[in-house]
Amino acid sequence: MKKVLMPLGIVLFLALLPYIGVQYAGLSYLFGVIIPYTAFTVLVFGFLLRLVDWLRRPVPFRIPTTCGQEKSLDWIKQNRFESPSRSWEVIVRMLFEVLFFRSLFRNTKAELHKDANLAYGSHKWLWLGGLVFHWSFLVIVLRHSRFFFVMVPGFADVLTHVDGFFDIILPAFYTTDALILAAITFLVFRRLNDAKMRLISLQTDYFPLFLIAAIVVVGVLMRYVVRVNIMPVKDQMLRLVNFSFDAPGEIGALFYVHFFLVSVLAFYFPFSKLMHAGAVFLSPTRNQCNNSREKRHVNPWNADIKFRTYAEYEDDYREKMKKANLPVEKE
Amino acid sequence: MSKYLPKLSELKKEFDEKPSVLKGDYSPREWWNLPVEFRDGNWCFPAKPEVLDDLGFANPRKWAATDEDWQLPSGWQKTISDGLHSRLRKYRSLKLFLDACVRCGACADKCHFFLGTGDPKNMPVVRAELLRSVYRNDFPLVEKILKGFSGSRKLTEEVVKEWHMYFHQCTECRRCSVFCPFGIDTAEITIMVRELLNLIGVNNNWILGPVSNCNRTGNHLGIEPHTFVQNINSLAEDIEDLTGVTVEPTFNRKGAEVLFITPSGDVFGDPGVYTMMGYLLLFHHIGLDYTISTYASEGGNFGLFTSNDMMKKLNAKMYHEAKRLGVKWILGGECGHMWRVVHQYMNTMNGPADFLEQPVSPITGTRFSNAAATKMVHIAEFTADLIHHNKLKLDPKRNDHLRTTFHDSCNVARGMGMFEEPRYVLRNVCNSFHEMPENTIREKTFCCGSGSGLNAEEYMDIRMRGGFPRAHAVRYVKERHKVDSLVTICAIDRASLPPLMRYWNPGVSVYGLHELVGNALVMQGEKKRTTDLRENDMAGFEDGGDDEE
Repeated sequence: MKKVLMPLGIVLFLALLPYIGVQYAGLSYLFGVIIPYTAFTVLVFGFLLRLVDWLRRPVPFRIPTTCGQEKSLDWIKQNRFESPSRSWEVIVRMLFEVLFFRSLFRNTKAELHKDANLAYGSHKWLWLGGLVFHWSFLVIVLRHSRFFFVMVPGFADVLTHVDGFFDIILPAFYTTDALILAAITFLVFRRLNDAKMRLISLQTDYFPLFLIAAIVVVGVLMRYVVRVNIMPVKDQMLRLVNFSFDAPGEIGALFYVHFFLVSVLAFYFPFSKLMHAGAVFLSPTRNQCNNSREKRHVNPWNADIKFRTYAEYEDDYREKMKKANLPVEKE
Repeated sequence: MSKYLPKLSELKKEFDEKPSVLKGDYSPREWWNLPVEFRDGNWCFPAKPEVLDDLGFANPRKWAATDEDWQLPSGWQKTISDGLHSRLRKYRSLKLFLDACVRCGACADKCHFFLGTGDPKNMPVVRAELLRSVYRNDFPLVEKILKGFSGSRKLTEEVVKEWHMYFHQCTECRRCSVFCPFGIDTAEITIMVRELLNLIGVNNNWILGPVSNCNRTGNHLGIEPHTFVQNINSLAEDIEDLTGVTVEPTFNRKGAEVLFITPSGDVFGDPGVYTMMGYLLLFHHIGLDYTISTYASEGGNFGLFTSNDMMKKLNAKMYHEAKRLGVKWILGGECGHMWRVVHQYMNTMNGPADFLEQPVSPITGTRFSNAAATKMVHIAEFTADLIHHNKLKLDPKRNDHLRTTFHDSCNVARGMGMFEEPRYVLRNVCNSFHEMPENTIREKTFCCGSGSGLNAEEYMDIRMRGGFPRAHAVRYVKERHKVDSLVTICAIDRASLPPLMRYWNPGVSVYGLHELVGNALVMQGEKKRTTDLRENDMAGFEDGGDDEE
C-alpha cells in the first residue's frame, strides 16, 4: 500500500507547507507571488515544449486504427468517423474522442467463468467517471475566470448560474464541486478495488488524483465552511494577471493552501502523465486519414534499403527456371 | 498430444483453480517483482546461426531461452539504449505512446493473451510498461528523491528476458488500441522492442527463418521457382480432376494486365491450397489476364515482425517485379498482415508506383479509386465488385454442406477497415452464415493467437491460450447454430486456426473465403460436381441425384 500512502503523504505534506509558512512564518509573498509565477511559467513553457518535442518528431507511416468500414466500393457504406478518409472526417473523429471519450465508450469487461467460459459485458463506468471528472474540472476552471477579470466575463456568469442551480444552501452550492469529488472518489476506489487496476497503478497515478482532490476540498472548505474573504483574493489574482509583483493583502491561510496546491499541479503537469491532455490530439492512430492506398503518405526519412533484385534472383536460379519453362531475362 | 501443450482438461482446471488478476484475485506482488519463467511451450526456438549470418544480423550463436546465460554481446545495454533513442527520434508514435498513458486500465482485459493466460504482464498497459519503466529511467533524479515514485527501473538481463517473453506474447493485433482513449497501439511498441531485441541477437527462428527464405527465394517457405510452378500446376491438375475444367496459370509473364500475389502458404499449405484453387477457378471464370511471379512469390511479410527496414526490403519485390513485367496493377490474395503492409506501409516505403495504372476491373470497368496511389487491390474487393455487377455464375447451394461463421483477421480489420466486402462475398456464395458475438468480431475481433510469427509448434501452449477467446466465440456459434466452418481471409489463420479448433472445438474446419467461391462457381464446360474442392461430398449433389442447376 506504499504506492497509495506515499502520494497521499506527499499531498498532505504539501498542503501543510503554505499553511505553516503563511500562518507562522509570514511567507505570504513567497506563496502568493513567487511560487505561483514560477509554477505557471513552468506550466506554460513546459506544456509548449512538450508539444513541440512531440511535433518535431516525424510520423513516418500512416497507421490509423480502423474501427469501422473503410472507404472502398461505391455501394459499400463507409463508416466515416471510425475509418475516416477525409480531413473533416478525422476532425469529427477527434472531436468525439476529445470531447466525449469515444473510445472509452466502447469499453467492455471480460470475465472468466467456470469451465473456460468467457463473458463480456458493457462497462461504461470508467467512461462516465472520466467524463464527469474532466468536464467538471473544465467548468470549475472556467468558473474561476471571474477572479481574473475586473468585469466578470459573461460565460463565467452563465456557468456559475447553471452550476449553482441547486440553490439549497448559502452560498449557492456548485454541482460540479460534488461531481468532481464523487468522480475522484470513484477513480481512486477503482484503482484499489479492482485486482487489475491495483496492479497497474503507480504512485504517479494516485498523486494527481489526491492533489486535485485536496485542491477541491480546500476550495470547498473556503467557500462553505471556513469562509475566506473574497475581495483581497480577487485583488491578488488581478495583480498576478497584470504581472504585478506587489505583495498580497490580508488573506486567510486556507487560501494559500488552495493556491499552493494549484501551483504544484501546474508545476507538475508538464513532467507527468497529465500531458495526455496534449497527447490526445496528436495520436497517430486517431488523427490520420485511412486513405494510404488512395494517397501516398511521405516518410521524411524513408530509409534507403538494398533489396534482392530480380536479376540477382535469376542469376541464382536461371538453370532451374529454364528447366521449368519459365521465361528468363538472360540466357 | 504435443509435448508443448497441456491436455484440455488440465488447462481448464488451471483456468478454474489458479488465482489470477483476470478473475479478481489480488496479486501478492508488484508486476516488476513477478518472475519470468521459460518452460516447454512458452518460448520459440531462437534463429539458427546460419539464418542470422545469411541476413547479416547480430550475435549468431546457439542458445535457448531456458539457458541461464543468453550470451548477449558485450555492450548490449548501450546498443539497446542507443537503438531506443534513435527510434524515439524517428517515430512520433513511439515517443507519444510512451508518454501519454495514464494507466486507466481500459485495455487491461482486451488482450487475447491476457484472457488466455491471466498473466498480468499480458495486460497491454503492463506490456508497454515493460519498456516504459526503462525509458523513464532517463530521469533518474526524480527516482532517487522519491524512490519508486514513477515506477522506473534499470535495463538488466532479466528485463531482456522479460521483453523476449512478453513481446512474443503480443501478436501486434491492435485490439487494445481500439479501446485506448489515446489510441495507444501496443503493436507499435512491440514492433520497436522486437527491432531492439534483434540488435542483440534475441530472436525467433519461426520469424527469421521465413525472412531469410523470402529474401533468397522470394517466399517464406523457401520454395524455389521450379517447385513453385510445379505446385501450382498440380493444383491446376486437381481442379481438372474435380471439375473437368482446365485452368492455365502463367508465371513471370511479361505484358499481363494484372500481377497476382498471395501468401506462399496458399501454394503449399493445407488448407491454403484450396483457397488457391478458388483463385485459379475465379480467374479462369472471368478470363482475367494475369500472371503469377516466382520472384515476388510471397504476399506475406515477416519483415513486419522483425524490423521496419526488413519489412521494406522484402516488400520492395512487389513493385520491382510489377515494373519488370509491365503489368497495369497488382491484385493481392487473402492475407492479414500482408494487407497491413500493403495498405499502410507499401507505397510510403517503396512507392510512388507511377509505372502502374490506377486499377480498373477489366470485367466490370470499376475504377478502384481507393487504391489509386498504391495500385493494389484486395481480392475480396475485387470479387465483391464482380458479384455486385452480376459477373459470376454462382450456386451457393454447393456450400450447403457447410454452416459458416466469419473470422475478421486483425490486420485487415484494424489496420485497413475491411469488414463488409468479405461478408458480402460470403453471403453470396453460401446459404448458412452466422456471426459470432459482437464483442468478438469486426474491429473487436480476436486474434487467432498465432499471428506475428508465433506459429511455431514449440509455442503451442501459448498459442492455444492466446487463441482461446477466438475459439470460445466459435464455440458459441457452434453450440447455437451448429456452425462447423470457420471462414477467414488470412493465410496465418488458415495455418493456425485448424490446430486451435482441434484443441478447443473439434469438428470445426477452417476455410479461405475464395475456397467457398471456388466451390460455388459454376464453370463453363464443367462436369457434374458432387464434391467440393476438398473432395468432401456436397449436400444435395450426390451421384445419381437429379438436382437441376
